[in-house]
Amino acid sequence: MSEVGLVTVGVSSGGLQALKLLLGSLPADFPLPLLIVQHLAPESGDGMARLLADCCAIRVKEADELERALPGSAYLAPANYHLLVQRDGLMTLATDGYVSFARPSIDVLFESAALALGPAVIGVVLTGANSDGARGLAAIKAAGGVAIVQDPADAEASAMPAAALAATAPDYLLPLAEIAATLQRLAQRGRGARHV
Amino acid sequence: MDEAADRVQDVEVSLLLEGVHQVYGYDFRDYADASIRRRLAHWLAESPFETLSQAQSQLLRDPQLFVSLLRGITVNVTEMFRDPPFFKTLRDQVVPFLKTYPFVKIWHAGCATGEEAYSLAIVLNEEGMAGRYRMYATDIDEAVIATAAEGVLRLSEMQKYTRNYQKSGGRASFADYYTARYDRAILAAELKSAVVFAPHNLTADAEFGEMHLVLCRNVMIYFKPALKERCLALFDASLAGGGFLCLGMKESLERRALATGYEELVPNMRIYRKRYV
Repeated sequence: MSEVGLVTVGVSSGGLQALKLLLGSLPADFPLPLLIVQHLAPESGDGMARLLADCCAIRVKEADELERALPGSAYLAPANYHLLVQRDGLMTLATDGYVSFARPSIDVLFESAALALGPAVIGVVLTGANSDGARGLAAIKAAGGVAIVQDPADAEASAMPAAALAATAPDYLLPLAEIAATLQRLAQRGRGARHV
Repeated sequence: MDEAADRVQDVEVSLLLEGVHQVYGYDFRDYADASIRRRLAHWLAESPFETLSQAQSQLLRDPQLFVSLLRGITVNVTEMFRDPPFFKTLRDQVVPFLKTYPFVKIWHAGCATGEEAYSLAIVLNEEGMAGRYRMYATDIDEAVIATAAEGVLRLSEMQKYTRNYQKSGGRASFADYYTARYDRAILAAELKSAVVFAPHNLTADAEFGEMHLVLCRNVMIYFKPALKERCLALFDASLAGGGFLCLGMKESLERRALATGYEELVPNMRIYRKRYV
């Protein structure tokens, strides 16, 4: 049985609505941190994090450099920075070049999580019109983590979930509305196992 | 990947970084975990080796191979006028102070391929400081320094740089600063004349004397806290009283040892002014 300690989420076009529903469905005491890459224009501020914070029970904020990822909290990658996570649960930022045409890149977050925390990671690919996240989700799977993909038929933009499906066989292929409940089940199962 | 395999990978990373330090003098032992692991994993995937320990034997003997690793693990991505609001603030609120000195010395640490150094030169020249400053632009990687000194950029980036330049308060036409040749943009000689590109290793080398402005943006985000503190101490030792320290937009002096010796010039722009004390 996988031990679960961290949820990573990748989302692109259609992301605001998708994140409102997903994060809005999680209770304040959701036992895991969520690290999120939403593709953004380079000079976007933290407006999206503020907006989501207002409509979610869990805490939502932009990730700061070397900030600890806490349970019941969702952290968005800042515009123009990659977001990574260390084995000790601290988040780091990077200005490496675009990966999969994006910065922040979902692949970077997912790969760093897979490298740092292996089987303790749940990767979630949601709506989007590109293929970022596919390689990263495969890395999470290969490291023993759990892969969840939004059903492309249910996604506002189907390309990104479809690319993820082509890259790896997910553990769960779900409509958006069912993902929060699945995360809660997985989190309960892994609770106390390996916290970050 | 089980715990044991995890542990072996940790050991491999730290042995390799230790070896690299002893053989080549490059110290990545204090680089932040997440980035270095990801980069090593990518380098390994592109290499003929299956594990880092397998690669290590050749890496420590073959300088050419080491250079490919060095390329892989140091960051050399930058752009002109990254964060236009920062450059606008620099132009509007820092340059007026700099203009009060007859001559200004600037250290741009971690300049990579030089785009920010040239951006700064444009700002200074447009604000009437041409001939009144010298900029030392340094990086750990000598090959990158050579590229920076050439001042040749990809023409395809110019549209984005032009937008950045305009948003940063540019007073002229960005096209005046380069000549297009095939797919390259060759930067104007006037931007290069006051910039000295030189190798400098933040993990080992000493400070530069009496600087009025130190820029080190998005370099220390790759370092562990102890190395961050070392760098900040270097910058502090390099800065004259009243001098300015500029960090990346997600970096801050908060909770750092030298925070009390500085005041933030403009909130959220990461521009700090050293107190005279």
